[in-house]
Amino acid sequence: MSDVAIRVDRLSKRYRIGRAERYKTLRDTVVEGVMAPLRALGAALNGHGRTPDDGESDQHIWALRGVSFEVRRGEVVGIIGRNGAGKSTLLKILSRITEPTEGYAEILGRVGSLLEVGTGFHPELSGRENIFLNGAILGMKRAEIERTFDEIVAFAEVEKFVDTPVKHYSTGMQMRLAFAVAAHVDPEILLIDEVLAVGDAGFQKKCLGKMGDIARRGRTVLVVSHNMPSIVNLCQRAILLEAGEVLRDGAPPEVIQQYLGTIRSAGGEAMWADPSRAPGNDIARLHAVRILQEGCEGPIADVDIAKDVLVQIAYWNLREGAELYASIWLRDQMGTPVLASGNATSVSLTHDPWYGRPHPRGLFHSVCRIPGNFLNEGLYSIAAILGTAPSTTQVLQDYVLSFHVHDTGEMRKEFFGGWLGTVRPRLAWHTEFVEPAAHAAERGQ
Amino acid sequence: MRSQGRAIAAEPPAAGALASTIVIRPSRGWVALRLRELWEYRELFYFLAWRDIKVRYKQTALGAAWAIIQPFFTMVVFSIFFGQLAKIPSDGLPYPVFAYCALLPWHLFAYALNESANSMVANQQLIKKVYFPRLIVPLAGVLAGLADFGIAFAVLLLLMLYYGIVPTVAIVTLPLFLLLAIAAALAVGLWLSTLNVQYRDVRYVIPFLTQFWLFATPVAYPSSLVPEPWRPLYGLNPMAGVVEGFRWALLGKAEWPGPMIFVSAAMVAALLVSGLFYFRRMERTFADVV
Repeated sequence: MSDVAIRVDRLSKRYRIGRAERYKTLRDTVVEGVMAPLRALGAALNGHGRTPDDGESDQHIWALRGVSFEVRRGEVVGIIGRNGAGKSTLLKILSRITEPTEGYAEILGRVGSLLEVGTGFHPELSGRENIFLNGAILGMKRAEIERTFDEIVAFAEVEKFVDTPVKHYSTGMQMRLAFAVAAHVDPEILLIDEVLAVGDAGFQKKCLGKMGDIARRGRTVLVVSHNMPSIVNLCQRAILLEAGEVLRDGAPPEVIQQYLGTIRSAGGEAMWADPSRAPGNDIARLHAVRILQEGCEGPIADVDIAKDVLVQIAYWNLREGAELYASIWLRDQMGTPVLASGNATSVSLTHDPWYGRPHPRGLFHSVCRIPGNFLNEGLYSIAAILGTAPSTTQVLQDYVLSFHVHDTGEMRKEFFGGWLGTVRPRLAWHTEFVEPAAHAAERGQ
Repeated sequence: MRSQGRAIAAEPPAAGALASTIVIRPSRGWVALRLRELWEYRELFYFLAWRDIKVRYKQTALGAAWAIIQPFFTMVVFSIFFGQLAKIPSDGLPYPVFAYCALLPWHLFAYALNESANSMVANQQLIKKVYFPRLIVPLAGVLAGLADFGIAFAVLLLLMLYYGIVPTVAIVTLPLFLLLAIAAALAVGLWLSTLNVQYRDVRYVIPFLTQFWLFATPVAYPSSLVPEPWRPLYGLNPMAGVVEGFRWALLGKAEWPGPMIFVSAAMVAALLVSGLFYFRRMERTFADVV
């Protein structure tokens, strides 16, 4: 018996764009209904299959293009890539929800797919009834559901409400129940999309633990995720998709590195080309605010947590001899200020020769370096401030730009899931063995 | 591109000996019905039908009484206007029983048709996220109307008792006519549900369709109003055969509707088979289009 569980060979999927908007009358409907069999008859007589959506003049996009790979039995493979790279399309094809346009794939073994948590939940039915319904939808046999029923209920922590209609559940309870059912589907090959992050932090940890169990039990798993730490932890291999093609296939840390390198989008820069319209006054105006990171060309909106983040403020000085300073505020995604920093001599780590010094008219770049492994994962936004020394604000542009900090997994060898805190610096730790105790066991571990 | 794709599809699967191997490749043109796979998914079918029945009268004050109210009051209105005022003949039967006996299969048909025609759109979340043979969805939709039928049927028995109508041995054929009504609803429902995926016009067509269809069906009047030579042609409306079959099987006194039934059955068979294949053919694009 072959040890291949999933074989994907030059799989492609083409979508027609604008199809949904095209207006059709009922007359067209009837004509199409009548014509489709006739066309097929004609095609059969001509000996070649021609389907109605062959019109080459139509606008198409290739969601997947010539994707090939193999997954061995027991392997846990992560699929990463930015939105629209074809990850979900790939899983949909492998789950047989949609057909490929070209290519071939085979799956050897009982397959289960979880593209969504809680598919088919009915609000009017009780928790008990939904477990059976959802289980059946996910491909479980009735006997299987009966056998694991208590386990599902216990996992979801809904024992008291199992006979209450699901519509009276809190969102969190619904999510927990849905994940619990999904987690107890036990196929040989599991296809999962983005179901890792459900519920509160505590339950998320439980979900990830369960995922880890499934992976360790020797199941073949293909998982699509944006959660890089969990990819690093769960997967032995990662595949990077970009514009429908496989860009890289290999060990997760390297593939994630490349991914973060490729997701430099148009973001990462806010620029005003016309000085008369830029924020500011007749003393100073902003030209641009950019996020930069070493090793990447140009501004980026997604940064690697492990490397320094450079915030560059480009500004015009419009008044000869103005004594300018630059500073920033950094906010987290809730808008809570994380820090404020400026280039004033007493508050900056390095001496900035241009702080408070009379500026000639012209363009200046001030750069603030935020160390790597200091911010936590997530979205941060920047306020850019220009002023005249010592402390008169001339320009204050809040939420001028935001960037995303991505965890590459370097700090996640032991832990994964959400990490508490707005910042996540590496701090020094040291533990000493003070004295041996006779009652160590009583004190607990 | 195309020729390349077909060349790949022609390759034999390397480990095809495994029973549970799933082969994924683009399908072209008409495809098999795969009834065996449908059978493997029968539990899901039961669950979906069970869900529809269970949920049908949730949060209603009258609950399952609705299953009786609708045909019963239609019967009352028909009896007053068509039976009493318009003096429409009823083949020698008391008009209320005559009408109610026809309204039962009619309501079953109309409900099943509506449910199955809307089923693909109503279950689009499922269709976009889980694989199962899609045929299960309209099939389960058709079945949900049977519970209503059972309840309303009890009332018919009471009416028959009240009017002292004793069914003849013809009653043993009743399941066949019931099956014919369901098959007719499924046949039309398959066509409409497939079209509904792409053209939501269908949703607006259904109420019209059932309304016109009701008047084209001998519910309020007997088919004996139609001249004898035209009656088999009348059977092209499958519900004409079903309704007359019901009266014949249950009420005894009515004449054997004869060839009309066979025309109706043939019509249902043709619509059903074509509907099944049309559905299967369009199935591959459902998740992308719905």
